[in-house]
Amino acid sequence: MAEILVYVDHVDGAVRKPTLELLTLARRLGEPVAVALGNGAADTAAALAEHGAVKVLTADAPEFAEYLVVPKVEALQAAYEAVSPAAVLVPSSAENKEIAARLAVRIGSGIITDAVDLEAGDEGPVATQSAFAASFTTKSRVSKGTPVITVKPNSAPVEAAPAAGAVEALSVSFSEKAHGTKVTSRTPRESTGRPELTEAAIVVSGGRGVNGAENFAIIEALADSLGAAVGASRAAVDAGWYPHSNQVGQTGKSVSPQLYIASGISGAIQHRAGMQTSKTIVAINKDAEAPIFDLVDYGVVGDLFDVVPQLTEEVKTRKG
Amino acid sequence: MSLRIVVCVKYVPDATGDRHFADDLTVDRDDVDGLLSELDEYAVEQALQIAEEADDAEVTVLTVGPEDAKDALRKALSMGADKAVHVEDDDLHGTDVMGTSLVLAKAIEKTGYDVVIAGMASTDGTMGVLPAILAERLGVPQVTLLSEVSIEDGVVKGRRDGDSASEQLEASLPAVVSVTDQSGEARYPSFKGIMAAKKKPVESLELDDLDIDADEVGLAGAWTAVDSAAERPARTAGTIVKDEGEGGKQLAEFLASQKFI
Ligand SMILES: Cc1cc2nc3c(=O)[nH]c(=O)nc-3n(C[C@H](O)[C@H](O)[C@H](O)COP(=O)(O)OP(=O)(O)OC[C@H]3O[C@@H](n4cnc5c(N)ncnc54)[C@H](O)[C@@H]3O)c2cc1C
Ligand SMILES: Nc1ncnc2c1ncn2[C@@H]1O[C@H](COP(=O)(O)O)[C@@H](O)[C@H]1O
Repeated sequence: MAEILVYVDHVDGAVRKPTLELLTLARRLGEPVAVALGNGAADTAAALAEHGAVKVLTADAPEFAEYLVVPKVEALQAAYEAVSPAAVLVPSSAENKEIAARLAVRIGSGIITDAVDLEAGDEGPVATQSAFAASFTTKSRVSKGTPVITVKPNSAPVEAAPAAGAVEALSVSFSEKAHGTKVTSRTPRESTGRPELTEAAIVVSGGRGVNGAENFAIIEALADSLGAAVGASRAAVDAGWYPHSNQVGQTGKSVSPQLYIASGISGAIQHRAGMQTSKTIVAINKDAEAPIFDLVDYGVVGDLFDVVPQLTEEVKTRKG
Repeated sequence: MSLRIVVCVKYVPDATGDRHFADDLTVDRDDVDGLLSELDEYAVEQALQIAEEADDAEVTVLTVGPEDAKDALRKALSMGADKAVHVEDDDLHGTDVMGTSLVLAKAIEKTGYDVVIAGMASTDGTMGVLPAILAERLGVPQVTLLSEVSIEDGVVKGRRDGDSASEQLEASLPAVVSVTDQSGEARYPSFKGIMAAKKKPVESLELDDLDIDADEVGLAGAWTAVDSAAERPARTAGTIVKDEGEGGKQLAEFLASQKFI
């Protein structure tokens, strides 16, 4: 059976959910062989085996943290050469897309980014993508070389499918190119204790209508009552009310949760680009004409300062 | 010696217009108004700021695109870029990112450069990978997705705000840079700038000038194939209620009915 190379996103050995989703998709195409790089790489093996990885190739070297992108490209290339897979799958993120793209050039392959679904096809994997702020759905294939495809979070369910997951050390020798861009310092983002925005099942977002950094406490309280992640529109981010890392939209994160709740957000095309594929959409806005209402499953025309706290109380009561 | 800055700018269909695909499943660039990608304005802005800091610098804006893509070049020239290069060829229709990056890389090498500056992503394709591919093709460091950038003594430095950390990066020139929309508002062209742009040189190049064969690019030479494109069905109209004191509770009732609580 064909082997499918799966690039692993992990934090010190803890595998992130989008990688487990990717294993579900990889199993539709062949036998997943995982590649985990950096600190804690070998610790990923148990979770990967549990979800279908037949093999886990691991490598750690100071280069992965000290230089940008290229060391990871070279390691992934080494894995590609060792395995000769039928496809290379990578969880979509800004950095991972760059890694995938450079690998594709090196191995002479086409690349598809931000797929939201994958199926086996007669001429190789068929990727579903959303285009033009999710107003179109396309199906594409890589027509040259070994398909390299990056897949967005929340594109498939996580499924248990125990496999061997045998750990093998991957040997990588870095070229001079790997030392091109030095990372001179790194400030890790502080954890809020809330779910990752792109991975969360529920996202609660606030926009210009929230009207002040301190008022985001209302949005956070609703998010916490639902166990949700917090998002923000660019207007709220530009005003300095919430960090850019929480921005939803074209130039922020693209999210596809089960439930998206927008408060005080008008629904500009660039915002929609990042949330339109959410399963259920709810909005609270005092302007009945706001374009966000074109998208909603349920909308409340009203003042968010009345509606959101009442909703939060009601959620808490119902949850006991 | 003069610092040679090449800025890659893309002409894209207006995001607020009715964007769609043409019959051959390429992005329709004829029926929809186009403009300089808003995200590439940030690249032009940073290039101009770097040029202003340097003793001696020249900013060239480069695009690969149809005849109308000249509009994007004009806009960048009126913001203050010095000259423009337009790669235009009928055989380019339908080229994907691998082909576009090949053409850009050859045009950049022909133009001569110390630093290439690109936007974070194009607003039509939104791949966000072209700058990394350019660095790979040109064999120079990539210093991408920067929210802050500076160049001094042949070294580019910048801040990259990633998913899990904010990183300070450093590389020697020549290099490929890309900047995000966090890098600082782009200037508006002044009246003087618009007038001056009319006299600035725009060089036109064809594939032949870059020693690229027609079969390396275009729809037939693409490394990916789009088999279908369907308009997403409009979302079924939802329930909209007016808050008359119970809006939050009604919403909770809806969420409960959908098993979210
Ligand atoms: C290249 C580019 C990229 C962009 N990328 C993004 C992106 O990634 N993400 C993004 O979000 N935007 C992005 N934008 C910006 C986008 O165009 C909009 O400007 C932005 O989304 C508006 O944010 P908003 O809805 O919060 O603000 P507004 O459009 O000002 O809407 C505020 C809404 O709040 C409502 N409101 C006010 N007070 C209350 C109240 N008390 N109770 C209830 N409702 C209230 C108002 O009725 C209004 O509908 C981008 C723009 C460009 C050009
Ligand atoms: N046809 C093009 N001509 C010039 N620059 C381009 C072109 N396509 C993409 N770019 C540049 O590459 C960046 C990223 O594009 P992309 O990877 O397509 O999202 C853009 O912001 C531009 O700076």
